[in-house]
Amino acid sequence: MHTIWIVTKREFRSFFDSLIAYVMLILFLGISGFFTWLFGTDVFLIGQASLGAFFSIAYWTLFFFIPALTMRLLAEEYRSGTIELLLTRAVTDRQVIIGKFLSTLLLITVALAFTIPYVITIGGIGNLDVGAVICGYLGLLLMSAAYISIGMWASSVTRNQIVAYLAALFIGIFFHLFFGMLATGFTGFAGKLFQSLSMREHFDSISRGVLDSGDLVYFLSLIVLGLFLSEVSLARRNLKA
Amino acid sequence: MDIRIENLTKKYGGQRAVDQISFEVRTGEIVGFLGPNGAGKTTTMRMITGFIAPTEGSIYIGGKLLEDHADEIKRHIGYLPENNPLYPDMPVIDYLEYVAGLQGIAREEVFPRVVEMIRITGLNPEKHKKIGELSKGYRQRVGLAQAMIHDPDILIMDEPTSGLDPNQIVEIRKLIRELGRQKTVILSTHILPEVEATCDRILIINRGKIVADGTSELLRKQASGAEILRVRIEEGEPNAIFKALKGLPSTAQVGFIDGQQDRFEIQCQSGSNAAREVFQLCVEQKWVLTEMIPFETKLEDIFRKLTTN
Repeated sequence: MHTIWIVTKREFRSFFDSLIAYVMLILFLGISGFFTWLFGTDVFLIGQASLGAFFSIAYWTLFFFIPALTMRLLAEEYRSGTIELLLTRAVTDRQVIIGKFLSTLLLITVALAFTIPYVITIGGIGNLDVGAVICGYLGLLLMSAAYISIGMWASSVTRNQIVAYLAALFIGIFFHLFFGMLATGFTGFAGKLFQSLSMREHFDSISRGVLDSGDLVYFLSLIVLGLFLSEVSLARRNLKA
Repeated sequence: MDIRIENLTKKYGGQRAVDQISFEVRTGEIVGFLGPNGAGKTTTMRMITGFIAPTEGSIYIGGKLLEDHADEIKRHIGYLPENNPLYPDMPVIDYLEYVAGLQGIAREEVFPRVVEMIRITGLNPEKHKKIGELSKGYRQRVGLAQAMIHDPDILIMDEPTSGLDPNQIVEIRKLIRELGRQKTVILSTHILPEVEATCDRILIINRGKIVADGTSELLRKQASGAEILRVRIEEGEPNAIFKALKGLPSTAQVGFIDGQQDRFEIQCQSGSNAAREVFQLCVEQKWVLTEMIPFETKLEDIFRKLTTN
């Protein structure tokens, strides 16, 4: 556990050392703030004391930002050779994967924590449904965790960060958009299947304030699957072929 | 801690990068790993450090099988990989603290160890910089510091002096010798004087196999067989000198060096040395012996002989 924390701490700091964290925080807060308060279907247009506008913006901004954070996690280590140093330490592959996963999740948590003033402001304007807000944040965190996990896998199969970014986006867009679109085009079993794979479906259900075990299973299985595949792809170096 | 390697093989695709090699390194020994590029040095080192698993064969470190005790054994190994990979964005102190933590050094001992390593490797003036801002020589020191931060019993270094200037090479070599005094060290290089200067024993590896194993003197004896003398004899008629030298009982062959009239290369009969006889001959004939150099087979020649086919 302590070892995982050491890895997490160093990865988290490296986001700040390399300025990625600052760029990401500024862009995330800038874009989500702009669309929440100033433009499009913003809070004032809707005229309700609800964070719905923010959540639907964050749903997309995070989708694009997370692969940019995860693309370097392993690809960079492969490219520079530091992976060799890391894995010959007294750490297991799993500790490395989990440590890196947690560091990115921590950064997303920090980014989301910076939007708490939005909650306070809107809470001051009208009657806010606190439960729905908490569930909305939880939904964003779970969604982020799932995409970090996918992004980590994408980063583990290549030493090129651009490839890792695009691969993560490519896989992500199916969950984020395509499965939902396909679900409306099919009926019966296929329709149900695509619907149950769609991120939107589960995210909306959680951010409405309903905590369904099915949604949790969906997110957790994506997370575990991504982490597991990343570990497998790290272990590939040991193949006896 | 000693290292024992038995029938180690690593295949990549169908190719054998390392082919059935076995050797032992005793506790406290400094072993130099020599070989042309692509001979399998790095692959062997990667297997010993547990980065990749061997296809076949076993590695025992301190009597324990590496596969079964990887986590425990890794704590006793310090590793400096080829090209010294580091995180350029990280400050030196942060990096050393990170590595110390990963190697399981207790929290309260981390900082004293980092300070100590910075002192030993002479990183003090650069310790607050980011690694990416350091010169190559200092980066190499960071590499050494991270490899030795947990005071490992075994030190494995893949080309520790590559890309350094001559002054830095001398310094790093000195560091390795000092720090490696009580450790079992394996280092690879293709700078031949380096192995002679630092190592107790040499392993030459070619195409995945060990082709020579021993001290540099031993290898030299095996390779040359007979001793060679280079002499310069003046104030005599060259052809007469040539004949007289050839007539000595202990010489096998005599030749002129570079077509010069007064310099000769004498190859002795194996097991004997012609130096005394040459001197006596010159005294008798009143020739002037101005040079006599016992010519050693260079490690370079041995290396070339063993690794070219």
